[in-house]
Amino acid sequence: MTLALIILRSLRQHLLSTVITALSIALAGGLLMSVWVVKVQSQATFTQVNTGFDAVLGARGSKLQLVLNAIFHLEASPGNLAAADFEFIRRHPAVKLAIPIAVGDNLRGFRIVGTVPELFTAVEYAPGKKFALSSGSLFNPVAKEAVLGSFAAQRLGLHTGDTFHPFHGLIYDERNQHAETYLVTGVLAPSNTPADKVVWVPLHGLQTMAGHDPRAASDVSAVLIQLRSPAAGFMLDMMYNKQGNRLTFAFPIGAIMAELFNKIGWFDQVLTLIAYLVALVSAGGVLVAIYNSMAARRRDIAILRALGAHRRTIFGAIVLEAATIGLLGMLAGFAAYAGILTAVAAIIRAQTGVLLNAWTYNPVMLWAPLGMIGLCALGGLLPAWKAYRTDIAENLAPVS
Amino acid sequence: MSLLAISALQKSFRTPDGERKLIVDVAEFSLAPGQQLALRGESGSGKTTFLHLIAGILAADSGSIRLGGRDMAALGESARDRLRAETIGYIFQTFNLLQGYSCLENVMLGMAFGGGSNRAHATAMLERVGLAQRLRHYPRQLSTGQQQRVAVARALANRPALVLADEPTGNLDHRNAREALALIRQTCRENGAALLLVSHDPEVLGAFEDVRDFAVLNRALQEAGS
Repeated sequence: MTLALIILRSLRQHLLSTVITALSIALAGGLLMSVWVVKVQSQATFTQVNTGFDAVLGARGSKLQLVLNAIFHLEASPGNLAAADFEFIRRHPAVKLAIPIAVGDNLRGFRIVGTVPELFTAVEYAPGKKFALSSGSLFNPVAKEAVLGSFAAQRLGLHTGDTFHPFHGLIYDERNQHAETYLVTGVLAPSNTPADKVVWVPLHGLQTMAGHDPRAASDVSAVLIQLRSPAAGFMLDMMYNKQGNRLTFAFPIGAIMAELFNKIGWFDQVLTLIAYLVALVSAGGVLVAIYNSMAARRRDIAILRALGAHRRTIFGAIVLEAATIGLLGMLAGFAAYAGILTAVAAIIRAQTGVLLNAWTYNPVMLWAPLGMIGLCALGGLLPAWKAYRTDIAENLAPVS
Repeated sequence: MSLLAISALQKSFRTPDGERKLIVDVAEFSLAPGQQLALRGESGSGKTTFLHLIAGILAADSGSIRLGGRDMAALGESARDRLRAETIGYIFQTFNLLQGYSCLENVMLGMAFGGGSNRAHATAMLERVGLAQRLRHYPRQLSTGQQQRVAVARALANRPALVLADEPTGNLDHRNAREALALIRQTCRENGAALLLVSHDPEVLGAFEDVRDFAVLNRALQEAGS
């Protein structure tokens, strides 16, 4: 009780430095937790997102580029594959389902992807979850109709019954508008997958869009594949990647995405290192803030000692005060964390359609605050030692 | 039976030249329970050091300070802190109130390290010194006379056996000094506490029946003067 009173009064007496120091700790703690959670959550999420497919077949090139293009709707397509290649894989006994996609157009920056209705009716994008419509109906495979992902519809401001003109290419350029008019027949319910940021149209419509090479009218950009067994994936991997030289079979999707995270792992480490340094500097701030106020505190310390407070009580009060600044800082740190993560999650969602599950418990939410409070307590040791050594008689002036 | 019994007490300090200078050298001194004694002494005569030794704020070089049967001089610092908190109330010339704490909190802290804080008793003490309406005020919001009254309440809050007062009226005007002195003496009597007051002010000393000259008591002064 007495110790709490001493700590609270001291914090109040040095309110400005307390607030500034706590805010710097909040920023450091919030940053540390955000970096950690974004790293862990994005890795976990992106390696699990496969929108219900085991593999992707595409033109010869990088497996990662193929997965990013066909699953995440990022990156350019490595090229097309012929209709015969699609038919071959579709009829292959190891393949349970093959969904073709075609890319090459956009609607004000949102990708237009041509596909078949089975993508929405036959595929579970996550266990037990199929794409559902929040309004309207699926497109007619032979009509100039479109179904919009929820995020794309919201950002484009389009609703069922609206029409639009596609733009050629993956990057929006208003000069490249196609003459065709598409009717929005439906909007998908949010799935928190990359499908949310796509404008889906019939495969045939995209292949035959005016201005596209008529010789490639039956080509597809990639084939999304569900396998009958994982063993089949290794067999097809051998067939396409080792023995063949025309096409690329990207399997398994999660492992390919994990490779991406391994490649950019150094970036995570740099961010984490920066967060650690910020945390260390903040703890140093606690040390400096309390240490610099020691001259002003000496008289109070001497009075408390004259009233009977032990040296170790004073020492403990200073260390606990430093830890309390850390605690207050970390309470605010959770607000900083919420702000940073909300912003980062919004950016990732806008770029990929994937929603990070930011509020899932992560051990960093426990060890970062505890570590930060511990660091602050450590930062309080030096001023506490100085307080411990405060001479009572010298600081109870005047002497008669 | 004495409450305070001092014998062969010596305390010296090292000067900037590196030599040891004897500041306090008291052969015998005693105070009975409830006794009120004033020590006359000029500034720099070692009166504060003498009080600090009795309070256990400073450790003696040699000798004994028996307070309520326990030898303060033989105790370690931590034990001296506890004995001081339990048995001594200290009133300073400059009041030494904690500026960041309310009057009530200042008085409660006077009890905290001894028997433990008691809000009701602290409130009663402040009421006793006429500050019932100032419980939540901070020292800076009080007059100097009121601040000294808070210091008196704090010194007596823990029901000490001995109150040490170091020039307690030195910072007060005549009227406040007179009132503060009367309050200190009266509250000590009410609480059964002995009072050892040091001052150089003839008016203060004149109020005491029992006055001793610190220059006579402290042999270090005699040696320095000879």
